[in-house]
Amino acid sequence: MSLVNEPVERKEQNRKKYCRFKKLGIKYVDYKDPNFLLKFLNEQGKILPRRLTGNSLKFQRRVATAIKRARHLALLPYVADGLK
Amino acid sequence: MFQNQYETVFILTPVLSEAQIKDAVDKFKSVLTDHGAEILNEEAWGLRKLAYTIQHKTTGFYQLFEFKSSPTLIAVLETEFKRDERILRFLTTKLDKHAAAYSAKRKSGASKSKETAPAAE
Repeated sequence: MSLVNEPVERKEQNRKKYCRFKKLGIKYVDYKDPNFLLKFLNEQGKILPRRLTGNSLKFQRRVATAIKRARHLALLPYVADGLK
Repeated sequence: MFQNQYETVFILTPVLSEAQIKDAVDKFKSVLTDHGAEILNEEAWGLRKLAYTIQHKTTGFYQLFEFKSSPTLIAVLETEFKRDERILRFLTTKLDKHAAAYSAKRKSGASKSKETAPAAE
């Protein structure tokens, strides 16, 4: 029985990542809206890196400043466990 | 005279009575209007749970002012915030054109009381 290695399921990686802000045409990231910003935080409340969120550099920085402002106003926690 | 558009959000301690909250909010509104600022939008988010305790308090009364004023007023406003001990925290931001367009849309969206997705432009 010859060793046949079946093709590795790689569909997940090469999904084309897109910047949701450019696609939806969003121009401003609102720091007053925690529900939207939660999408960019992991369970511990840390900001997700660009390679996971797929944001462009410009919008990743805007999201980061919006998150930091929301944290200042206690809309988002600095550290959390089981945030989602 | 040159005017920018600003937005300030501040949190009042929850131990205040309704009247004290109202008079604190009016006090800051008068600080703005006395110095010639034009208030565009004003929202009270009411008592909200804080994500973390501030000065051993877990809830706070959120108030939002959106106004157009000369840049010099901001220093006056911020010292007023620092001096008032009823304020737990405050944040003043300058609105660029995208932010101004967004808040105008949000205000119109809110007045139509249609739950527009806040992020969708």
